[in-house]
Order: sequence, then structure tokens, then C-alpha cells
Amino acid sequence: MKLVSAIIKPFKLDDVRDALTGVGVSGLTVSEVKGFGRQKGQTEIYRGAEYLVSFLPKVKIEIVVDDTQVERAVEAIQKAAHTGKIGDGKIFVTAVEQAVRIRTGEQGSNAL
Amino acid sequence: MKRTFGSALAGLGATGLLLLPAMALAADDKPKLDTGDTAWMLTSTALVLMMTVPGLALFYGGMVRKKNVLATVMQSFAVTCLVTVLWMVITYSLAFTPGNAFIGGMGRFFLNGMGLDAVNDLAKTIPESVYMTFQMTFAIITPALITGAFAERMKFSALMWFMGLWAIVVYAPIAHWVWGGGFLGDWGVLDYAGGTVVHINAGVAGLVCALVLGKRKGYGTDNMAPHNLVLSVIGASLLWVGWFGFNAGSATAANTNAGMAMAVTQIATAAAALAWMFAEWMTRGKPSVLGIVSGAVAGLVAITPASGFVNPTGALVIGIVAGVVCFWAATSLKKMLGYDDSLDAFGVHGVGGFVGAMLTGVFAVEAIGGEGKKGLIDGNGAQVLTQLWGCLVTMAWCAVATFIILKAIDVAIGLRVTTEEEVEGLDINLHGETVH
Repeated sequence: MKLVSAIIKPFKLDDVRDALTGVGVSGLTVSEVKGFGRQKGQTEIYRGAEYLVSFLPKVKIEIVVDDTQVERAVEAIQKAAHTGKIGDGKIFVTAVEQAVRIRTGEQGSNAL
Repeated sequence: MKRTFGSALAGLGATGLLLLPAMALAADDKPKLDTGDTAWMLTSTALVLMMTVPGLALFYGGMVRKKNVLATVMQSFAVTCLVTVLWMVITYSLAFTPGNAFIGGMGRFFLNGMGLDAVNDLAKTIPESVYMTFQMTFAIITPALITGAFAERMKFSALMWFMGLWAIVVYAPIAHWVWGGGFLGDWGVLDYAGGTVVHINAGVAGLVCALVLGKRKGYGTDNMAPHNLVLSVIGASLLWVGWFGFNAGSATAANTNAGMAMAVTQIATAAAALAWMFAEWMTRGKPSVLGIVSGAVAGLVAITPASGFVNPTGALVIGIVAGVVCFWAATSLKKMLGYDDSLDAFGVHGVGGFVGAMLTGVFAVEAIGGEGKKGLIDGNGAQVLTQLWGCLVTMAWCAVATFIILKAIDVAIGLRVTTEEEVEGLDINLHGETVH
């Protein structure tokens, strides 16, 4: 099993969800996050006072998938979240040791 | 009122002489209360109170950081209550009863003798209870406006002392000088609804406060972005609506002057909002929400002294000039001079009030303001100088008295919160509450 976390542009969330559903991913977790990468911040101006806002709003999605699904899931996210402009985000894949479905007690891939 | 009675008499003369004796009796006998005037002034009073709570409280409350929201709205609310009680006890009498050229009398301390039938000679067709309360709402908003200059750093105890003393030592005499039978009114200074008494006064006091208290910690380096501009938009909109009571109410009657004051107020406000917006768009790249609402307030401020004296064209020009000049004052002048007027009480009210007072001297026309009330474009260039004197006298008294009050309070109990309290926020430290 692998944990796939992706930091994406907020307006791409629906596209990414549709793409993941299309490749058989049955659930995901979404959080609103802030951060920065190569895309620097934005400048806000209030009555002439300029503030550099260095953390931009992003959406983080997390899914746990079976090893056989990882490649398709990553590809689906990469395609759906792509705009070609700086700030599109990143995808991270990490190993997951165990998963448990709380309702039934099923473990491993069966719990996904 | 003379003209109203005159035209009423002429009309009656044309329609039938039978009614004439009754009307003549009313004219030379003590003036008769007018239900229409009274109804409009009751309404105006409520509108002007709405400008401070919740209008100004929200306008300012939205512009501060989240940790200081409650402290900021608290200031407007507490000032409303404090000034109300002081007005009843002493300041109404000092401002609006006959006295000398500098200060009113003591006859209405604790509103002594103000019964149902009482009438103030300054507004003969409405009950004195209504006139007193109407003027009270002006006395409330003026000190409340100052709070924008020292937002996010003043001790609440110091604020209460400052506001109480300021209402007595600064507001009451200046209101008397201009409106209550004092020397500025006698000089012919034109101030329909409070360009000098309210806005220059509050703005200059705000500047002195900003200078005496010093900058907020982190000013110029920390992010001090407004926490919720929707509150500010709601507040500014309530100010706009309430301002019809302010300006059209200053006719103290439901008459043609009130109607024209309302029209010019609307025109100048919209023109100033657009002027600020376009000035910002051209120089900073984006037309901001805070910009357009600030421009609207600048327009409201500038048309205030002029609202009973100018025609719609004059209002349009006043609005445009005020929008651009106040934009410059709040964005460039403040940076150039380096003071921290947190919410631009001086940049909008002080500067806008001055622009309005001076342009009243330019655009006043006899056809609107009545006999002798005319400015440069109506052939009376001297009015501009009269206006300037009115502004300078107001500024001088206000600045000196404000400075002395602040220094006295600073010595006695201190003006500013501690650095730790300021960084943590006033809400939790001064009031023991937090928002959201």
C-alpha cells in the first residue's frame, strides 16, 4: 500500500477527484493548506500599505491505494491538476505499513 | 424659516385673504411646532445614531487585525454611551444654549427645564427634546471617528478619560462657535452639517493622537492587513445611508433644503468613490474594495459642510476632488510624513473635511443656500478666506487642547497598552474576550 499526497491548486480539486474516481480510487481526504514553492507569494495592498503574502492557499489531497494502483493514480492526479504554470503543486508517494477499517476490523488492502 | 413663511403667506394671499389673519398670528407669535419637520428630525436622529453604531464600529472593526476587533467596536459603542450621558449632563448646554461668543450657557445642565413644550431658538419648529437628541448624535460620532487614528494600541481606561474630556473641552466649544451662536458662525463661516465641527475636528484630533501615542509595534514591517473587509463594506454602507440624516437632517426641517442636501450628498459620495477607485486603479494597478468604500466616506465627509449651499454640479466637483485628494493623503502623505494613523481618521476626515470646507467657499450659491450664503462662483471670493479662517481656528484649538488632554492622561494613567498586550491583542487583554 502507498500513501499518495498531492498539493494542488484549489480550483483543480474537482477535476482531480473525477480523475481518481475514474481510475477506481474509492475515497480521499482533502485539507485546505497554505505554503510556498517556486511560485512566490502575492502582494496585497490596503490604502497604499503593501503586504507580501508569502504563503498561498493550496489544497492537499491524500489517498491510500494498493501497490498496483499507484502508478495510475499518480498519473491521473498529474494530468488532472496540470495547468503548465508555476504553482501547479507536487505529488508525494510514501509506503504505508497497515490500514484498518474501523467498522469491520478488516486489514491491509481489504480495508481500502 | 423666514422664506418658508413668506412664500406661504404669498400663496395664501393669492388663494384667499380669509386665512391670512390666522397665518400672520402664527408667524409673529411664538413659532408653531411642525409635525412634518418633527417626524423628519426624529428619523434623522435615528439615522445619525446608526452611523456610529453599528456603521462606524463595523467600518473600523473590519479594518483592524483579528486580535483587536472587539476592542475596536467597543470603542465606538462605549463612546456612544459616554457622550450621551455627558451631553445630558453638561455638553448640550455648553454647545447649544445662549451664552457668549465662545461658550454656551449653563441653563440646560442636566437638561434642566427641557419639558415637552421646550423649543430651542436654533430649530423653532421641532421640540427641543428632538433637537437636543439630534445634536447629541453628532457629538457622539465626532469622538468615535478619532478612534480610527489610535486603533490597536490605546488603553481602554485612557480612552474613556480622553473621550470624556475631549467632548467637553473640544467638541462643545467648537460646536458652539459654529452652530450655537458663537464667533465662527458670526464671521459667516459656512458649515452646513459639520465639515469643521465634526470632520476637521475629529481628523486633527486623530493626527495628534497618532503622533502622541506613536506607531503600532511592527508598523511598516508586520502584516497589518484588515481581517474582514466585508464588515468594512457593511459599515461604510450604513454610514452612507445614515449620512442622509446627517446632511439632510441639518436642514432641521422637512423642506426644500433638506431635499437638495440629500441629492448633493448622494452625488458627491458616488463621485468620490469612483475618483478614489480610478486613482488607485491607475497608480496601483487594481481597483480595491477598501479603496471604493474609503472614497465614498471621503465624499460624504467633503460634501458635509457644503450640503446645504451647493448645487449638484458643485457636489460633483467636490466629490471628485475629495476622492483624489483623500486617496493621496491616506496612501502617500501618510507614508511621506511617517505617522501611524491606523485607519486614516486624519487622511479621510481631516483632509476630506478641509477640502469640503474650502470648496464650500468656492461652490456655495445663493440660489441654494439662501440670502448672503454665496461663494467664489457666485461672486463672493472672500468666502474662501472666511472658510480658511474657520478651518484654522478649529484646527488650532483642537490640536492644542487634544495634545494637552493626552499628555495629562499619559502622566496620570498612561495612554498605551504594554508591548506584550499589544502583540497579543487588545481583545483578550483589555476585554477578556475573543472574536470567532
